[in-house]
Amino acid sequence: MEVNSERLHEIINKYHGSASHLLAMFQDIQREYRYVPKEAIKFVAGELNMPLAKAYEVVTFYKALSLTPRGRHTVHVCMGTACHLRGGTNILDAFERELSVGVGETTENGLFTLETVNCLGACALAPLVRVEEKDFGKTTPGGVKKIINEFSGGEPS
Amino acid sequence: MITSQEQLQSVASEYKKKTAAFDAVIKICCGTGCVSSGALSVYEGLTAGLRGEGLADKVLVKKTGCHGLCERGPIVVFGQDEILYQSVGKRNIDADVASLIATVKEKKVAEQLLYKGEEKGKRYVSPYEIPFYSGQTRVVLSLNGALDPENIEEYIAEGGYGSLHKALHMSPTEIIDSIEKSGLRGRGGGGFLTGYKWRSCRQAQGNPKYVLANGDEGDPGAFMDRSLMEGNPHAILEGMAIGAFAIGSGQGYIYVRDEYPLAVHRLSLAIEKAREYGFLGKNIMGTGFDYDIDIFRGGGAFVCGESTALISSIEGKAGEPRSKYTHTVDKGLWDKPTNLNNVETWANVPHIIDKGWEWFQSTGSPRSKGTKVFSLVGKVKNTGLIEVPMGITLKEIIYDLGGGIQGDKKFKAVQTGGPSGGCIPEVYLDMPVDFDSLTKLGSMMGSGGMIVMDERSCMVDVARYFLNFLVQESCGKCTPCREGVRRMHEIVDRICRGDGCRGDVEHLEELGKAIQLSSLCGLGQSAPNPVLSTIRFFKEEYIAHIEEKRCPAGICKDLIKMQILPDLCTGCMRCAGECPVGCIEGEKKGVHVIDQSRCTKCGACYDACRFGAVKIE
Ligand SMILES: Cc1cc2nc3c(=O)[nH]c(=O)nc-3n(C[C@H](O)[C@H](O)[C@H](O)COP(=O)(O)O)c2cc1C
Ligand code: SF4
Ligand code: SF4
Ligand code: SF4
Ligand code: FES
Ligand code: FES
Repeated sequence: MEVNSERLHEIINKYHGSASHLLAMFQDIQREYRYVPKEAIKFVAGELNMPLAKAYEVVTFYKALSLTPRGRHTVHVCMGTACHLRGGTNILDAFERELSVGVGETTENGLFTLETVNCLGACALAPLVRVEEKDFGKTTPGGVKKIINEFSGGEPS
Repeated sequence: MITSQEQLQSVASEYKKKTAAFDAVIKICCGTGCVSSGALSVYEGLTAGLRGEGLADKVLVKKTGCHGLCERGPIVVFGQDEILYQSVGKRNIDADVASLIATVKEKKVAEQLLYKGEEKGKRYVSPYEIPFYSGQTRVVLSLNGALDPENIEEYIAEGGYGSLHKALHMSPTEIIDSIEKSGLRGRGGGGFLTGYKWRSCRQAQGNPKYVLANGDEGDPGAFMDRSLMEGNPHAILEGMAIGAFAIGSGQGYIYVRDEYPLAVHRLSLAIEKAREYGFLGKNIMGTGFDYDIDIFRGGGAFVCGESTALISSIEGKAGEPRSKYTHTVDKGLWDKPTNLNNVETWANVPHIIDKGWEWFQSTGSPRSKGTKVFSLVGKVKNTGLIEVPMGITLKEIIYDLGGGIQGDKKFKAVQTGGPSGGCIPEVYLDMPVDFDSLTKLGSMMGSGGMIVMDERSCMVDVARYFLNFLVQESCGKCTPCREGVRRMHEIVDRICRGDGCRGDVEHLEELGKAIQLSSLCGLGQSAPNPVLSTIRFFKEEYIAHIEEKRCPAGICKDLIKMQILPDLCTGCMRCAGECPVGCIEGEKKGVHVIDQSRCTKCGACYDACRFGAVKIE
């Protein structure tokens, strides 16, 4: 993976090169690449003069950061308590089946990455699914196909 | 820069004059719940409609934070809470927008959008009449749903930043005395006395000092803090600035998780505006006091809500807790004296300064003063956000405010305190809700998630759910938590799969106690609570799973089977349409049958059938 060192510099400078903003830097890098490439970790660690292991420790500790490339759309299935009680696991099962991937994996065509979250803050609409910015409330296992179709329109499946 | 009460008042009256020029005010809830139900389309439809009618500058349409009644969103409220419309745009957006405009133009109330209660035919017009609202005492949430959180003048018009001005003309010890005498206890879970914490931090040796706000809210199924940060961010900033002045701090951080982008956005905007008006930054309100706040975006780790882990995280490290032989008020962020409070705790502070500690002290129960915000979710009719005086009973919350159990099923338990809490059964529904009563029941107030469960909730499965969550969220630093909780999860998982054996329950109890005693931080120390409390109150459900290989609630997949009762099946085909794997077969008007070999036991057919023909056994 080729990383754009100019852009990485910008991100590092935004936080004045202060190592205490490591997490924020990686969050910004993730916004850029949709994951945190290994090369970017090396670059940042080098620039901040910190051991590579320290930088890796931070990237691997926080769930919000991903070390593997992500698909075009990330499907977030809520596994919060409210969603669990109203059948969230069945929704996740249905996505796993329909997309033929497990949690954290990306479909072969690179279209979807399946993720779980621990609450999206709209518990009244449980069970909830979020794809990109769009929320689907009170979902049913049978409605999963429709959600997938909405985002695969026109793309080879 | 604003330096006096008079200037605050002139901003307020000017703003009020400006808004009074409008013929009508419409508040559209744009909290996360309502946005998920389509509130933004309602907003766009309405503003476009008003433009079309030439009313765009006659009607003030505001996007507000959560109103509370999320289940029935999108919520639209007219004027000073004269009319409340619910589920706006859910069925027919154009017709509903037309009704909104008709309400403005002809003062015609749209019957079909009003809140319907339990009583047949009764419709409520004003939110004040709806039991969900009339049963609440809104202090922290008083402006949530009323304000446009992106407009600082609205907050000032409601008296905002008046308390900061007042506090800056008190002595720090006077402020701390007030907070202490008010009886305010931290809303982040532990219920520690806020005034006492502030005093220790003020007295601690070391410079600089830090004042932090915990907006991490890692509890699954809880959204109080989020709604507050999104709906009324200035209240948190004002409280923090008052605290910082009392403690003697010049810099603070709000820790918000990156998954809450709207909260981050609203808080950033609020900080910027507060600096412009001189409520943050150098020489605040001309008094010579300097204090500034920055946002720190967390990375979605539950353990980062714990005070020492949160501090490590801000320092740029992995968010691992450390043992607390030195207190963070003495040695916290960068080893300097640090005072951390939950965002709701901070939002209470301006009210105490404004109305006095005696006022605060007069609500609540003897040892838990004031009000508490809860997110009421699960199998209850009115899920949403509520604020109630402490000491109110669980029954009042669930039945009077919550409207009872969905589908009029039987109540089974209410889970409070998130992963650190426990399940409370029906016999204790009359218990008052406060810090100490809930702890006595082996649960916890926690940050305020309240999850209602009915007969279709399996308590063993709930215990497994929390254990699984904690196994994933344990930071792994100490063995009892890393290995012990994992082991508990294995045992409970085995029980749910029908492979439980005699002695498992005793083993869980023993293991749970050991983990509680020997874990380093609060995560491990409270991790066994959901299991121990379900064993305490629902042991028979564990026994049914272990000895009879039966799941009484019909949830544990390995122990159940779905079946269609031929006598009751009308052949309506609804179930077949819902089945995600297409394993239900049958002709129209003929009896349907499930192909057991392919059934995933998802229960969609059970929920779909209107004739009670699907049986779970
Ligand atoms: C595992 C764990 C997670 C926590 N998560 C939160 C949280 O999300 N928000 C919060 O305010 N407090 C949380 N706390 C409690 C904090 O450690 C701390 O007690 C609190 O923020 C102090 O504020 P208060 O005195 O205003 O309650 C958590 C504690 C533990 C042990
Ligand atoms: S109790 Fe758990 S979360 Fe806390 S320090 Fe130990 S391993 Fe980490
Ligand atoms: S439980 Fe789910 S998979 Fe099984 S028959 Fe019913 S709908 Fe189909
Ligand atoms: S929904 Fe119920 S009544 Fe209709 S076909 Fe299915 S089992 Fe029969
Ligand atoms: S539990 Fe799923 S949105 Fe809160
Ligand atoms: S989000 Fe609209 S009422 Fe809660």
